[in-house]
Amino acid sequence: MRPGFNHSWRKFKNGGMISLSVLSVLVAVIPLFLIFFYTLSRGISSVNMDFFTRMPKPVGETGGGMANALAGTGILVGLGCLFGLPIGVMAGIYLAEFGNNRFGMVVRFMTDVMSGIPSIVIGVVAYILVVLPMGHFSALAGGVALALLMIPTVTRTTEEMLKLVPHAYREAALALGVQQWKASLRVILPAAMKGITTGLLLAIARAAGETAPLLFTALGNRFWSTSINEPIASLTVIIYDYAKAPFDDWNRQAWAAAFVLIALIFIVNLVFRYFAREKYGRI
Amino acid sequence: MTESSGRRAVVAGGRGETSLPPAGVTAGALRRNRTNPGDRAFRNITRLFAFLVLAIIAVMVWEMYRGSRPAIDEFGLSFLTSSEWDPVRDLYGALPFIYGTVVSSLIALAIALPLSLGTAIFLSELAPPWIERPVAFMVELLAAIPSIVYGLWGMFVLVPWLRSSVEPVISRNLGFIPLFRGAPYGFGMLAAGIILAIMILPIITSISRDVLRAIPGTQREAALAIGATRWESTRIILASGKSGFLGATLLGLGRAVGETMAVTMVIGNRPEISVSVFDPGYSMASVIANEFAEATTKMYTSALVEIALVLFGVTLMLNVLARLIVWSVTGKAGAA
Repeated sequence: MRPGFNHSWRKFKNGGMISLSVLSVLVAVIPLFLIFFYTLSRGISSVNMDFFTRMPKPVGETGGGMANALAGTGILVGLGCLFGLPIGVMAGIYLAEFGNNRFGMVVRFMTDVMSGIPSIVIGVVAYILVVLPMGHFSALAGGVALALLMIPTVTRTTEEMLKLVPHAYREAALALGVQQWKASLRVILPAAMKGITTGLLLAIARAAGETAPLLFTALGNRFWSTSINEPIASLTVIIYDYAKAPFDDWNRQAWAAAFVLIALIFIVNLVFRYFAREKYGRI
Repeated sequence: MTESSGRRAVVAGGRGETSLPPAGVTAGALRRNRTNPGDRAFRNITRLFAFLVLAIIAVMVWEMYRGSRPAIDEFGLSFLTSSEWDPVRDLYGALPFIYGTVVSSLIALAIALPLSLGTAIFLSELAPPWIERPVAFMVELLAAIPSIVYGLWGMFVLVPWLRSSVEPVISRNLGFIPLFRGAPYGFGMLAAGIILAIMILPIITSISRDVLRAIPGTQREAALAIGATRWESTRIILASGKSGFLGATLLGLGRAVGETMAVTMVIGNRPEISVSVFDPGYSMASVIANEFAEATTKMYTSALVEIALVLFGVTLMLNVLARLIVWSVTGKAGAA
């Protein structure tokens, strides 16, 4: 008998392949636990009040915190939202409401493609568009870079969430004689608001974790700055600088910052997950 | 006039009740109300923003092309084939970076592809829902971890481990293969490939899952009904999802090619082409990250912008190709 038709061989092969599949899941998930474990064990001991309230110490001195970088990340992400959210949300509304045509397909396709553009390339573009004309690095340039990064995610999130609103809502509104644009803005959008907000939170959390596009736009700053016209520190760039530095104390602080970043992103993801399950069962 | 036409439109919409629009009704589908000024304004304003998204992409391409013009004019095609990168003499050839990007991405794919497929099969074919959900969530979380954290972990945990435990063992046993020869630095192509593999695993997995889900359940049932084992029915399904997996792979490759921080922190940043995967290398994204802020001459900046343009072109092609394939298979975009 050919081995392929032998019953016990087939069962053996079946078991083997299923075990391989299970094994690959384990191998795939192990890095997640390793990364969580290391950021937790190396980072948490250095997260204290100083970390949040103090400024970086001069080179060679131990201690200090990252107050300026926390504020900087906040400002950069805020600027990113300021430029990115309106464009992304409005484009998303268009796609959900009027996007069933060729133009809509093109926009949808291009936003998907745009989300695949490497973040470092986005940084180069922001450098050309903002840093070169201004003549110096600035928080503004970093904000533009983050906005460019957020637009595709925001657009698609808005669209997806709007499409989840039951059609009965629109039909009911139209049946009452409400104009379409009012139905869209006053009925559909509010109904999807919670979903959109959490989706946006996810996009914002992702932007907060970006490093590459900030390296040569916001640059970094060891001092307190809130001006959008000056280079500004950020949590991610400071992790990079501190990780490369040959000082144990700086390495320690890099882990602390990584822990804060991971904690932030983990919480946002859990919130999103919880919300998504509560409202729509499963996404 | 506007008032009356608005009312007429609503009435027309009301009369249209006899032929209710299909379930997928959107504002755009109800064309009758187009004449209403409020609706027209709403439509046009949102369309303007949708158009803006396209315009932004066009501006990005144009600005990068303009920025890299000096380097393109000066070096032409030799930019891609020369391995001389010497800012002091203003000579720029990007081959070592292209090589590093290609090799590290291929290592990543070699590791990530079987793992992702195995995970996707497990999630969509084998696991009961109570296992599927938490595992799928964990894989998604892997995608949410910032690149810089991967880099930090790679630098302080993965690289020392490779240097002390993995690379010496491999080179002792498989050192006759040139790929595995050389001093175990830790920092190098292998480290970059492994980090990249972890990072692209979620996207390949999630899109492969979409592909598997899109295959009708009747195929499974038919196979099981004629006495196929679980694996045999899965194999049939895998065969019909082939092109979808190709799309997933290309998307993963696009990610790997453009990944910056994690790679920069573990690849060793040395612009050399060497056969061994243990040796340090450099990638296109890394050289931009490291040198862009310090590029002093105009040609230097221009050369780096050209690398960004090449990177953009490559990822654009990979993405367009992959999305087209995935769209045609699953009927929806694989939102990342």
